[in-house]
Order: sequence, then structure tokens, then C-alpha cells
Amino acid sequence: MIALSILNRLWLAAITLFGVGVVVFVLLRVVPGDPIAMMISPGSTPEQIARMRAHYGLDGGIGSQFWVWLKALLTGDFGTSISLRRNVLELLGERLPATLELATAALVFAALLGGSVAIAGTMVRRTLLEPLIDAVNGTVLAVPDFVWALALVLVLGVFFPVFPLSGRIDPSLQADFATSFYLIESLVRLRPAQFADVAAHMAMPVLALGLPLAAIIARVLKETLLEAMVQDYILLAKLKGMSTLRLVLQEALRNAVGPTIALTGVQFTFLIGGTVIIERIFAYPGIGNMAIDAVINRDLPLIQGLVLVFGSLFIIINVLVDMLVAALNPRLRHG
Amino acid sequence: MGRSFRAALCDPKVIFGCGFILVLIVLAIFAPWIAPQDPLEQNLMLGTLPPAGFVDAEPGYWFGTDDLGRDVLSRLIYGSRIALTVAFIAAGLAALVGTTLGLLAGWYRGWVETVITRLVDIWMAFPPVLLSTLLVAVFGSGLHSVIAAIAIIDWTRFCRVVRSETMAQASMDYVTAARTIGFSRFRILVSEILPNVAPVLVALVSLEMGIAVIVEAILSFVGLSVSSDTPTWGGMIAQGRQIIYQGWWVMVAPLVMLLLTVLAFNQLGDGLRRALDPMMRR
Repeated sequence: MIALSILNRLWLAAITLFGVGVVVFVLLRVVPGDPIAMMISPGSTPEQIARMRAHYGLDGGIGSQFWVWLKALLTGDFGTSISLRRNVLELLGERLPATLELATAALVFAALLGGSVAIAGTMVRRTLLEPLIDAVNGTVLAVPDFVWALALVLVLGVFFPVFPLSGRIDPSLQADFATSFYLIESLVRLRPAQFADVAAHMAMPVLALGLPLAAIIARVLKETLLEAMVQDYILLAKLKGMSTLRLVLQEALRNAVGPTIALTGVQFTFLIGGTVIIERIFAYPGIGNMAIDAVINRDLPLIQGLVLVFGSLFIIINVLVDMLVAALNPRLRHG
Repeated sequence: MGRSFRAALCDPKVIFGCGFILVLIVLAIFAPWIAPQDPLEQNLMLGTLPPAGFVDAEPGYWFGTDDLGRDVLSRLIYGSRIALTVAFIAAGLAALVGTTLGLLAGWYRGWVETVITRLVDIWMAFPPVLLSTLLVAVFGSGLHSVIAAIAIIDWTRFCRVVRSETMAQASMDYVTAARTIGFSRFRILVSEILPNVAPVLVALVSLEMGIAVIVEAILSFVGLSVSSDTPTWGGMIAQGRQIIYQGWWVMVAPLVMLLLTVLAFNQLGDGLRRALDPMMRR
């Protein structure tokens, strides 16, 4: 039963991804302006232009272009970036780990901070502290991540230079990484200096991405916790003499966490969207930063690869969240 | 209706939001008369002057100058033109498309509703960042692309709310009454239901304007909005980011302005929704 519903979910995900691919294909074919025209050097012969057109699969009708395109994608051939003149799949492989580390760190930070604030808010409910927490939370929520990032640049980068302003790692420490997962690799290979430097470079982007999400998590989790706290089973546990903190952590949290995870999943996809501009502000070498350059340079093969990667990420997250919510909810488990 | 609008005007959120936006509109319209300097005039002798009150400040340059010696305050004032243009046109277009489709879906039901709600579902499955990246890549950079991208992405917000609101209104007695006295279906929709959906719509438009201002700032920050010789807040922020160690004020001024504008639109929308939404009033 469960296996069937997972298969069904994956099948739907595959269809969605195919749909995204078709939209990308169609949109990028109606782009005004000839991408080849931007790449040719002055004085190229018509034969050279035709050869280039064939190389990028741009000769032939739209139907045959689609089949060439689909076959290439399925064999892992994402084409060659026009502006960087390199294999798109390789470029994505180099940049994606940076974004994955950044987004995951922001998610963990947001979950820890938002969760703590929600629990603290539930503990102090109906006291003067509760409206204070709500007010701070509302303010954090009202400021967009773009503004957060720039405010952090000013305060923690310039006025009180605590964290480095841009990049991912100090160039002098960059040597001999086997993978592009700098944070994880430096941790696994026990290199504290590199780990600290990578973490310091990530601090401000993580704050900018994580703070608004933390505020959302705090608000929703606190609402569901407060609802749970007036249920009969809580009253029973209270009569048994459980402390309030244990009540919240052991009883209420277990029942309130489901809706929060469902919402966090949706918000996490927005956070990944937010990496595009945040990576730009901090000159962080991830796929978001690359996406902006790709659009500025009208690098169609690269844009296509990036959109497919972002689309796959969103779909994978949605599937994972659905499964997690189902696993945590006993009523759905046997459904 | 009249009473709830008057109640809305007493809401502090609405007062702050309305007041700030009115000031901004006046600044944008009368920019040539209000701005103390020419926003484009460069003067390398007066480069990176600090704001008034700091050592080395120059009289007449209240918020200082950027590295090319252009007056920050004047550029800020002129920048409100682009911000407000995008806010009003983009949010207006998104509202127009979304409201029309939402009204049709909620009122005519049947296959019209099926088609429109399917469309909304498909649209919303596409993450906004992907869609805007693709759209700007397709349209090319520039103000038109920014406005079109915002409208194309965000009409669904209006469509969903207006549809459910229309469905709620359609079951009311006044609609039955209008039908009994022989109003055509289209006339009931336009002259009876639309005015009752309007309050919710006004609040949504205000929130959407805040989103539009931020999106425009982000796109001009990365250089995908208007050309760089037109002063925009996003463009000023990008320039200030470059010279952050020499002149922090070049970035702070537009950043504060952007934040206040977004907050004003949000507060206005929030206050209006609270005052005008019959569900929340109860």
C-alpha cells in the first residue's frame, strides 16, 4: 500500500519534470534573437555558422529539435554553455554542492531557531513575554530576504566586520578539496581551519535565508502547539504531574510537528529560490549566482540546465516532504 | 461598506501605509522640483561625500554623493518613479487578469471553472524564481519585461481569492433577489458581485504592490531592469555594494527607502484586509 502510493508519487513527479522540460524547451525556442549570432566571431563563413548551428542542435524543425533535445538530456548531455564554453553538466556539478550546502544549512538553522522560539512562546503563553515574542517574530517576517542580506552586509560585514563579505572560502585555504562539498568534506576530513572558514563565509547568507523561514516556522508551530496544549491528553499528562517543558516537548510537539513540516517543505522551495539573489549579494559561487549570469548573457543551454536542476530540486523536496508527513502521521500511514 | 471604509481609515496601519505612499507619489510626480540636484549630473570633484552632519559633508548634498559625485537624495527621489510605476502597473495588470478569470470561474462554474482552476494549479506548480528567470531570459531585460514577468507570475494570487469570494457572494440573498427581478447573469456579476468583492481585492492589490517593488529592486540590483543610467533603488543598492567601504550611505539610503515602501504597502494591505474583510471582522 505504502509502496504503491510512493510509486504513484514518483510517477507524478516524473510527469511534472517532463512538463517543466517541455515548457523550458518551448520558451527558449521562442526567444527573440539568434543565440548563434552572439557566438560567431566577425567574418565567419556561412559554412562555419551552419556547422555551429548543427553542433548545438539548432538546425531542423521544432519537432526534430525536440527529439534531439530529449535524447541528449536522457543520455546526460546538457549541451555546452555559450558564455563559458564548457559542458553544462560539469558546470552544474561544480556549483550545485555549494547551493545544496547553503540551503541545507539555512533550513537547519531556521528549524532550530523557529522551533526554539515556538517552544519558548508556548512556555510563556498568556504572560507579557508572549506579545513581545510575537511582535519580534512579525517584524522578522515582514522584512524580505533581499533586505535582510543587505542589512547583514552593512552591520556584520562593514560596520562590525565579523564575517567575510563574499565568496565561499579564502583562496589560500582552497587547495586540495576532492569534492565540491567544502563544508562536509572539511568536517569529515577533520580540518578545523578550513571548516571554520567555510562556515564563516556561509554565516551571513544562511542568516539572510534562514531568518524569514525561522519566523514562519515559529508562528505556525506555536499556533499548533497552543492548540495541542488545550487537548484532553495534555490535561491528563498534567494531572500525572509532568512539567510544562516535558509536556510541550514530549506530548504536544509530537502532535503539532506534522503541519509544520508540510509548511516548511513548501517554504523550503521558496528558500531555494531565494538563493538566487542571496548568492549574488554575497558573491557565493552556487547555481543561483550562475543563473543570473546565464540570464544576463542569454546563455540558453546553461539556463535550460539550471531550470531543470532547480525544477528537479523542487520536485524532490515535495516528494520527500509528502513521505515524511505520511510517515509521521499515523492516520495517513494506513491510508 | 461605507462604514467599514471609514473604520479602515482609523486603523494606524492604514494611516502609516497611506501616508507614506502619498508622500512617495508626491515625490515621484514633482521630482524635478523637489530634488535638490540633477540626479544624473556627475561631479568627480564631489565624489563620495558623506551625508549632512558628518565631517567633510558639503551643504546641499543632504544624503551625500556616490563615487561619481551624483547626489544620493536626488537619485532616491527620482528612483521612486520607477518603483511606483512598477508597483501600480504590474500589480494592476496582475489584478486585472486574475480578477477577470476569478470572477468568471466563480460565477459561471462548469467547464469554465474547471479550465481556469486547472490553469491556476499548473501555474502555481512552477516556482516563481524559475518562471521569472525564464521570462526575463525570453523577453530580455528592461522595465517592460519586469512588469510583464510580475503580472504573468502573480495573477494566480488574485484569481484564487476572487474565485472563492465570488462563489461565497453568489450564494447570498441579494444575488437571488437580483435574479428574480430579471437582471442578466452578466449584469449581476459586474454591478452586484464585483463591488462586493472589491474590498478584498483592494487589500490584495496593496500587498501585491509591495511584492512588485521588491521584485523590481532585485532585478535592477542584478542589472536586468531599466538601463543603468535611470536612477533606481535597486541600481543604487548595487552601486553602493561595490563601494561599500568608501561610502556606506550610497547603499543605506535606498535600502531604507525600499524597506519603508514595502512595509507601507504591506501595512496598508494588512490593515485594509482586517477592516474590510467581513470574515475577519466577525
